[in-house]
Amino acid sequence: MPLLEIIDLHAEVGGKQILRGINLSINAGEVHVLFGPNGSGKTTLINAIIGCPAVKIVKGKVMFKGVDITRLPTPERIKMGMGVAFQHPPKIRGVRLRDLLDGMVNKIGSKVNVEKAAALVKMKEYLNREVNVGFSGGELKRSEILQLLVQSPELLLLDEPDSGVDVENLTVIANAINELCELNLKPSMRTRAALIITHLGYILNYVKADRAHVLFNGKIACSGKPNEILKQIMEHGFERCHECLQEQGVK
Amino acid sequence: MPSGARSQIEQLKKKAEEALTKPPAFGPDLDLSKYRYEVEKPKDWLTEDLIERAETVGVDLSERERSGTYLQLDHYSIIEKATAGSVEVMSISKALESYDWLLDYYWKALSVDMDKFTALAEVKRTEGYFIRAKKGVKIDLPIQACLYLKTPRLAQNVHNIIIVEEGAELHVITGCVTPKRAEGLHIGVSEFYVKKGGKLTFTMIHGWTEGVDVRPRTGVMLEDDASYTSIYVNLNPVRTLQMMPKVYLDGRNARCYLASIIAASKSSYFDVGGATYLRAENTKAEIVSKTVAKDEAYVAARGIIVGERDGVKGHLECRGMLLSPKSVILAIPELEARARDVELSHEAAVGKIAEEEIYYLMARGFSKEEATSIIIRGFMNVDVKGLPPALALQIKKALDISAKSL
Repeated sequence: MPLLEIIDLHAEVGGKQILRGINLSINAGEVHVLFGPNGSGKTTLINAIIGCPAVKIVKGKVMFKGVDITRLPTPERIKMGMGVAFQHPPKIRGVRLRDLLDGMVNKIGSKVNVEKAAALVKMKEYLNREVNVGFSGGELKRSEILQLLVQSPELLLLDEPDSGVDVENLTVIANAINELCELNLKPSMRTRAALIITHLGYILNYVKADRAHVLFNGKIACSGKPNEILKQIMEHGFERCHECLQEQGVK
Repeated sequence: MPSGARSQIEQLKKKAEEALTKPPAFGPDLDLSKYRYEVEKPKDWLTEDLIERAETVGVDLSERERSGTYLQLDHYSIIEKATAGSVEVMSISKALESYDWLLDYYWKALSVDMDKFTALAEVKRTEGYFIRAKKGVKIDLPIQACLYLKTPRLAQNVHNIIIVEEGAELHVITGCVTPKRAEGLHIGVSEFYVKKGGKLTFTMIHGWTEGVDVRPRTGVMLEDDASYTSIYVNLNPVRTLQMMPKVYLDGRNARCYLASIIAASKSSYFDVGGATYLRAENTKAEIVSKTVAKDEAYVAARGIIVGERDGVKGHLECRGMLLSPKSVILAIPELEARARDVELSHEAAVGKIAEEEIYYLMARGFSKEEATSIIIRGFMNVDVKGLPPALALQIKKALDISAKSL
């Protein structure tokens, strides 16, 4: 049984159709990356998996651990073991990062030590700061990963953890992702999985992914080995996806 | 009392009587004839309700971590004591009897004929407190004052004076409160004087009910290098409340910081602001207003900074959050420059709670209700520097109660 299974998912945002029949399976122990041009629906797919109220599911379903979670509220999905790092997290004024993390520890009964987790992503000095207020690009990404470390989810959904981040930050973030995905363990021992959206594939230099997908116009146009797919995109852009989808349509 | 003093008071009374029908500049007018003005001194004042209600507004009657206490019930001073030697706490009537010089401070930071409420506070004054920190002393633990309005339909018209002498530092926390079911009128005239190099922090916590009208009238005078910090928190709904404390920065390098945090629910009407006058070289003012409105509540959040001298600085921050379609927030920031080289700025933002923030916290495992209250409580936070830990904790507790009232 796959950890996450998406079956023929169609979804709308603000009355506009974004996802047009997504099929995707992720097994425990696997790391998947998702490519795609701007506006292809990558973030919407993550939001649909996590249950964002702004995403309206019109058809299809999302299965997690064999349970149909298509209509399940977001906090319930988190309780089941999902976690997300947002691309553009909002500021939560007046709430200290430490208090948010402590609240999460209490809420989900996490055994993670907040201080240690913060040290791992070099965020200790930020614990007394207001959540995301005045954070730089790299700090925002590290703060998101820190929240995942505290949550310690089985399925990680990472929306562009490598965009707008310098090499130093990227190393820190990638190390934490490797730890979260248990990539230090033998493949057969791994129980966790990740879906990582990446624009330019920088993260692939640090995190070993098993499979890549290209999202184009709300559909998965192509799946395969991450490095091969990245090479194709680098050489031809997303033009070929368009052709691929047309061919699929003909079939 | 010397004859000169007597005639001074007579003149004030005469001026006040002439202003008894003068409507206020802001907020709804009130018919003063609907209140009662006489009440007997209560026999058993220390009730469970009083202890409990006083505690919610930061007044701890066990007096732990306090340097003094003033407690007034309706029209009568019940407790007046200072545990620190270099500070005085007493009722205003006793202070006026004891010190002839107090008339130099009586109605000097405010005009008695400002409106019918200041006038009433003079014509029918019903006590109030006098607190004085003597020259050079630093009082670390706060002095607490509790004004308890118990008798239904009563008008409680207090006159308070705080004097912080040269180089002294004082923290005062005032809690104004009623029983859980109450009606009446509370007028609080407050005149604060911070002398050269002195520091005053004034925390005011209000715990009213839907039957009470409240009209504080405050004037603050700051001398050279003086600093004044004021934090206002309201905990419960009110009928109507209007106040616009005025702070005069008359001395060089004087500083003031005014913060008000208002959680308005039910049919509460709040018209709350602060006016600061930067009248001397290198003076600085900051006004912060945070407002959350729910149900059919109405809040006008005003702020005025007047820069009258070159080189002064002022900043006004006004934020409002609407939780219901029927609530109203009116933000009115005003900057007035009367000299060329002034630096005055403001930021104002009013809107509903951001769905994006709620979703963000739900994606961390919190329910929608939990996410909403985390955001509201965070919104209400103010970062006030230089408060003793006991006071900072008290303000935190008040904000917790206030956020829960929504």
